[in-house]
Amino acid sequence: MLHFSDLQGSLPGLWEGMKVTLQMLIMAVLGGMILGTLLALARLSHNKVLAALGGAYVTYFRSIPLLMVISWFYFAVPLIIGWVTGTNRPIGAFTSCLVAFTMFEAAYYAEIVRAGIQAISRGQMNAAYALGMTYGQTMRLVVLPQAFRKMTPLLLQQSIILFQDTSLVYAVGVLDFFNVAYSKGNITGELQQYILLAGAVYFVISFSASRLVKHLQKRMTV
Amino acid sequence: MISIKNVSKWYGDFQVLTDCSTEVQKGEVVVVCGPSGSGKSTLIKCVNGLEGFQQGTITVDGISVGDPKTNLPKLRSRVGMVFQHFELFPHLTITENLALAQIKVLGRSKDAAIDKGLKLLDRVGLKAHAHKHPGQLSGGQQQRVAIARALAMDPIAMLFDEPTSALDPEMINEVLDVMVELAKEGMTMMCVTHEMGFARKVANRVIFMDRGQIIEDAKKDEFFGSPRSERAQAFLSKILAH
Repeated sequence: MLHFSDLQGSLPGLWEGMKVTLQMLIMAVLGGMILGTLLALARLSHNKVLAALGGAYVTYFRSIPLLMVISWFYFAVPLIIGWVTGTNRPIGAFTSCLVAFTMFEAAYYAEIVRAGIQAISRGQMNAAYALGMTYGQTMRLVVLPQAFRKMTPLLLQQSIILFQDTSLVYAVGVLDFFNVAYSKGNITGELQQYILLAGAVYFVISFSASRLVKHLQKRMTV
Repeated sequence: MISIKNVSKWYGDFQVLTDCSTEVQKGEVVVVCGPSGSGKSTLIKCVNGLEGFQQGTITVDGISVGDPKTNLPKLRSRVGMVFQHFELFPHLTITENLALAQIKVLGRSKDAAIDKGLKLLDRVGLKAHAHKHPGQLSGGQQQRVAIARALAMDPIAMLFDEPTSALDPEMINEVLDVMVELAKEGMTMMCVTHEMGFARKVANRVIFMDRGQIIEDAKKDEFFGSPRSERAQAFLSKILAH
């Protein structure tokens, strides 16, 4: 049953797909963490409007399905960018998906970072303030470095989930690893084999990464 | 140097400070004592604006702390503070702890900041630990580093918020020794502490607080000789009994 007529010939295509997946993942993780950190700071702000806006964003994106965000952004992002820049240039499914992942994941990263910041004692902030640091310096130099150290395992775990979720770009036709595997299977009439193969690859990568995080967690708590 | 006038503070309905007034002159050492919950830590945190207050005025070197127009970070960079739980930055080495604010706040060069930091580290007797992280030091050692870190900013005054309360008994003296030396050099100091031995040795004045009020504000000899308030007498007899 697990017979591939021309696996060798499919490998370059699959590798191209994996590169798209990884590119999407890395960019979305970086963008999501930056936006997530800003959202966390907004939620913890003394400014009530800023805190409410941050809270609304996080609650909203955590309450809707990712697939919906991806499809919606596929139509909305080109319109919005066109409207803002005044041009009518097509931006492509990859970019719209990247924006969707970044904004969606930011809501989850924000909650992790918020918990991380809250785990740093008030005394650390007071010590930084007492030395004459501004709010920005206190966060950047004292609180966030400690918070990220504490939160690294959780942030990585969330990124592993994102790695699996990138396969949803299939819905808008981005040729990521899963979509390439699916197409190869369709063309050769070996759909089951290719889907099983793709599943095995996702499993091996996610499982190894997960073990690595566990190992890291143990080393960091000691 | 530090002037506190009619300061009151509330947490919601609860009044933590009631009409507190006192002064700390340049070169003076003032010890603030009193039972826990009496507001002494809150009062000292009001001096550099870590806590706000609703009524009254506090000025440090002529600058009003409560004025919204005051550049608080700038004022704080000129007033050193030492905390009960040391609050060294655990993700940085001792050297980095000493240099960070000098570089980022005062704009000193990295070399100058490290040089100054290491000199002060030597002064508190911990030069050999420069490359370590705070977690590798004992409580007493961490507190001495914290004092050096505050001194590295060339402060015009130092605030101590129960600097020895979190320490094992055998480590208290090594911290007090550094503070005594500092006092003898003429540093302006406001110290919240229960260490009456320290107060007797170097304090000019002793302030006794209870339930958010300054009950007694007297010269050291008067305070230990014949405290006027019954509350202070009872407090002293309790902590000096052993």
